[in-house]
Amino acid sequence: MFITVMKLHSPDIAWFSWGALRGYPTRTWLMLTAMAIGVSAVVVLTSLGEGARLYVMDRFASLGTNLIIVFPGRSETAGINPTTMMGETPRDLTLNDALALTRSYKVRRIAPINVGSADVSYLSRSREVVVLGTTHEMLAIRHWELAQGKFLPAIDLDRASPVTVIGSKIRDELFGAERALGKWIRIGDSRFRVIGVMGSKGRSIGVDVQETIMIPIASAQQIFNTSSVFRILVEAKTREAIEPVKQFIIDTLQERHQGKKDVTVITQDAVLQTFDRILGALTYAVGGIAAISLAVAGILIMNVMLVAVSQRTAEIGLLKALGASPRQIIMLILAEAFMLSSLGAIVGFLLGQLGSWSIRYAFPDLPAYAPAWAIVIALAVAVITGLLFSLMPARRAARLDPVLALSGR
Amino acid sequence: MIELAEIHRDFLVGDQVVHALDDVTMTIESGEYVSIMGPSGSGKSTLLNLLGLLDRPTSGVYCLNGQDVTSLSDIEQAQVRNREIGFVFQMFHLVPRLTAAENVELPLILAGMLPERRKTKVADVLEDLGLADRSHHKPDQLSGGQRQRVAIARATVTEPRVLLADEPTGNLDHKSGTDVIRILEQLNERGITLIMVTHDPEMGQRARRQLRMIDGRLHSDVLNSDHVHHGNEAS
Ligand SMILES: Nc1ncnc2c1ncn2[C@@H]1O[C@H](COP(=O)(O)OP(=O)(O)O)[C@@H](O)[C@H]1O
Ligand SMILES: [Mg+2]
Repeated sequence: MFITVMKLHSPDIAWFSWGALRGYPTRTWLMLTAMAIGVSAVVVLTSLGEGARLYVMDRFASLGTNLIIVFPGRSETAGINPTTMMGETPRDLTLNDALALTRSYKVRRIAPINVGSADVSYLSRSREVVVLGTTHEMLAIRHWELAQGKFLPAIDLDRASPVTVIGSKIRDELFGAERALGKWIRIGDSRFRVIGVMGSKGRSIGVDVQETIMIPIASAQQIFNTSSVFRILVEAKTREAIEPVKQFIIDTLQERHQGKKDVTVITQDAVLQTFDRILGALTYAVGGIAAISLAVAGILIMNVMLVAVSQRTAEIGLLKALGASPRQIIMLILAEAFMLSSLGAIVGFLLGQLGSWSIRYAFPDLPAYAPAWAIVIALAVAVITGLLFSLMPARRAARLDPVLALSGR
Repeated sequence: MIELAEIHRDFLVGDQVVHALDDVTMTIESGEYVSIMGPSGSGKSTLLNLLGLLDRPTSGVYCLNGQDVTSLSDIEQAQVRNREIGFVFQMFHLVPRLTAAENVELPLILAGMLPERRKTKVADVLEDLGLADRSHHKPDQLSGGQRQRVAIARATVTEPRVLLADEPTGNLDHKSGTDVIRILEQLNERGITLIMVTHDPEMGQRARRQLRMIDGRLHSDVLNSDHVHHGNEAS
């Protein structure tokens, strides 16, 4: 009889559903709150996870660029090797080992280090301090900055020199307001002249540069009475060079150590990737849990929409009497659910952003920004669950017997 | 034209079958003015709901303007309801959160009509029913008679050929009830088929054709003042 299918215009759907939402404020607020809590939970939790990940990554990255760290002994989980079987202690690394590592064009610079603690004094003031024996190159490798003076001089590795660069905290404690540059301090039994003070940039995992004093490595070996080296830091020229340089280090040291593989070489990349994976997974996990809470909100939505349908039985019956098709009824109910869940999602998103802003405000070091994927998923899950869980109530409304609905029987 | 042939409508109440409509056969021509009377529970509303396609018969054939509408799908029936039929209820059934004009606009929205055309149609109908100054009032700001007039405006704004009214004066005082009947009669004079269920003999006798239902059967079918017994009447 009729060829054309009746179509509701979307502005009309929006107008009608909006009116229905405003007509039942309690229900509307309940659903908005449920949605908003779910979405903001996703945003806040993932921003926390992502912030933690970036924080840790940043700390590791500040160790240096394209960094490779060499230390004595095999610490691989690969387990038992001849050395441990024989009960031998691994051979120490030496300054000559370090020198040998400069002989690759893919190596930009190296810095052997020794660490120990010693009593440091100036006039009557004295305290125990971490003493770092290293070289001129260390400044560049670790991206440190100087506040005053110069860093350790570029001299041969095996040359001792009575100069020292001190952390700013040490300077404050030993010198107070007095000028430190050029003054002589006592480290252990030897005297060193202060030639530089470290700047504030230099917080990193491991050592707090501000509480360290640095001297040439050969001098450190004298003070600590050793000929060995604690670590060798190697900087490869490029990211791509990291693996070949690692192999070069292993080969070179094996050759120098009579064929024994008795050193451990770790790349910063590997460490970074491990942390990245762990913390990334953590973010996904908390995000996922929060998203599930969002889906649970869907059950609430279903119940609320069911109540809405039975509250409005007469209205739905009337619409049918006026010629609304089952499809149109479903559309109107779903439009309501869509509006509710998107509104809730938007409110939740804003609340979540406020939450992560508060976290960043309280912990300025933590870059707590919700990742884009988490926001997209939170919004999508909110809207989709809102629609999915309203499908059943909408179908029920569409199936309502108009005669019963209108008679209130 | 409305043609009903051997219409039955059974309801199952518990394990008991109630014959709300029991073998109803009749024809109503376009433009007729028909009142349906009878005791409570005799099937008047059931008959009206069937005529308005709000309900389907258990058996029998219903032809509207020559087409068998009992076999139409839900969507097709909804379209017929929207375009061919107007409903007026005893309880008005206005949407409380919408203004008078918006209530009247609803069937046009469902028909997919564009806003500009809707607005003029709604304004015309409200003007016609003397409600122009009430168009932005909510139902709770209107008297019973005004509410029923809004409902009539809503039922007729799509210009249907059939107007079904189930006890349209049942919730009104005598004066506004009479007003409402006059409006319905004026619409009938302009050509609409008016079928009205009523309790009130005084109202019912105004119709040119009076049907009487008893126990789901068409008991009598009176034209003007000539009393003609219906063929189905067995006793
Ligand atoms: N949906 C229903 N379920 C069960 N019984 C019904 C239903 N609708 C109507 N009936 C029964 O059908 C009969 C006719 O009802 P109705 O048409 O409403 O009567 P009237 O409008 O003449 O007062 C009554 O016995 C009523 O109880
Ligand atoms: Mg009735």
